[in-house]
Amino acid sequence: MNMNPPLLELHNISYSYPGQKNPLLKEINFHVHKEQIGIIGPNGSGKTTLFQIIMGLLKADDGQIVLQGTEIKTEKDFFMLRRKLGFLFQDSDDQLFSPTVLEDIAFGPLNHGATPQEARDISIRTLEKLGLKGFEDRITHRLSGGEKKLVALATILSMEPEMLLLDEPSNNLDPATRERLIKILREQKLAHIIISHDLDFLASTCNQLYTMQDGQLIRCEEKQIHNHEHIHPYGNQPHLHGI
Amino acid sequence: MIDESFSMGSTLFHKRDPKVKLIGAAAISIVLALCSSIVVAGIGVIVTAILLFLSKPAPCLLFKRFLQVNVFNLFIWITLPLTYGGGETMQFSFLNLSLDGIRMAALISLKSNGILFCFLALLATSSTANLGHGMEKLGVPRKLTFLLLFSYRQLFVIHREYQRLQRAAKLRGFTPKNSLHTYRTYSYLFGMTLVRSWNRGERVHQAMILRGFTGNLIPLDQPQPGKADYFFLFTMLFISLLLAGLSLMPLTL
Repeated sequence: MNMNPPLLELHNISYSYPGQKNPLLKEINFHVHKEQIGIIGPNGSGKTTLFQIIMGLLKADDGQIVLQGTEIKTEKDFFMLRRKLGFLFQDSDDQLFSPTVLEDIAFGPLNHGATPQEARDISIRTLEKLGLKGFEDRITHRLSGGEKKLVALATILSMEPEMLLLDEPSNNLDPATRERLIKILREQKLAHIIISHDLDFLASTCNQLYTMQDGQLIRCEEKQIHNHEHIHPYGNQPHLHGI
Repeated sequence: MIDESFSMGSTLFHKRDPKVKLIGAAAISIVLALCSSIVVAGIGVIVTAILLFLSKPAPCLLFKRFLQVNVFNLFIWITLPLTYGGGETMQFSFLNLSLDGIRMAALISLKSNGILFCFLALLATSSTANLGHGMEKLGVPRKLTFLLLFSYRQLFVIHREYQRLQRAAKLRGFTPKNSLHTYRTYSYLFGMTLVRSWNRGERVHQAMILRGFTGNLIPLDQPQPGKADYFFLFTMLFISLLLAGLSLMPLTL
């Protein structure tokens, strides 16, 4: 037996939408130990679908999902998997469904057997960790877009996951909240997979980059020499991009 | 949109446990709804008006709510005296007004305002979320409380989605007119809102499943009712018993 199996393995995952001839995902093989991975790819290339398959929201036509060496098959297996992998939706309004922030963050822990007191404590701790102290009794629909994103992240972190799946987390965020999210993700030191079109965001939060092309995940080389055009001043001098 | 303006405040009504307020409001409004005497309904209005006064609502908001309910009563006052058959009539210029009709209109107005005052004083002083949890604690079927809490949360989202579509139509030069094009556009807007709400419902359900939802909504601990709450409950039940007792007495009106 392998002493230290990867956190998550995908074996030959294929998927096509019903009624469509060309498969969206073609025999994807992929594994994560503790890496922080970014995935870029055009719209409609199947990135979100891949996340939904990993979380058991969609069923792959073929292939296996293996979590820490155990194959995930039944709904009961997925119940366990969903506790270990936290999925942050693209639209926070879909994720925040309770009237108040505290209730929303406590929802996961309560479902996984925490007592109300434990759930309350862990929720308040999570809020403090994200710099959202005092948000407990705020009404979720009255939060700003950036606050919603951070609270949505808190609802997932309160379940103490071992890996995060983030679907375009930096979309529609103002620069300050975006920076805050980058800082939080760096401090978490959790394994994560981030889907994004925001290359700078990926560069600041990930150490591996994949592209999604023709239903395949392709690993990008770490550094590539390339030419590009500049619209900022001093583009002819050596410089760093992003942070 | 719902802004729950009545629930912001710190009077003794706002501080009471939602459970005792729910029981109190149910008791008083049932008695008021079932009574058939103008005197009892009148006393009910006075008592609930006092309760409402004590909950210190913002006057202009209160007036708006009052108007909303009494527009309906106005129609009752226009129609009932002219259409209520039988009994004595009263000559008013060239019209024959039914006395029973007038009596019925007065009774309906008093009852509806009494119940309005009671709900504004007791229920509107709690947030919808608290009322939902209170209902669940009181043993109201779970599906109903889910329905209340989720509609409350999603109403804002659906409304915003509808506004977004409406804005998109406006930006492309849509001005509502009495034309087939207008009706078709509106039906598209409603249809799209419905489809989007459905999709959103599915995504919310997925979000719940991802966080381990298996069909039970487990509430966080709610504060237990204290002495003041029990005293409040006792007072409300006393008021409703008094009104119920009065309506059993042989009153002429």
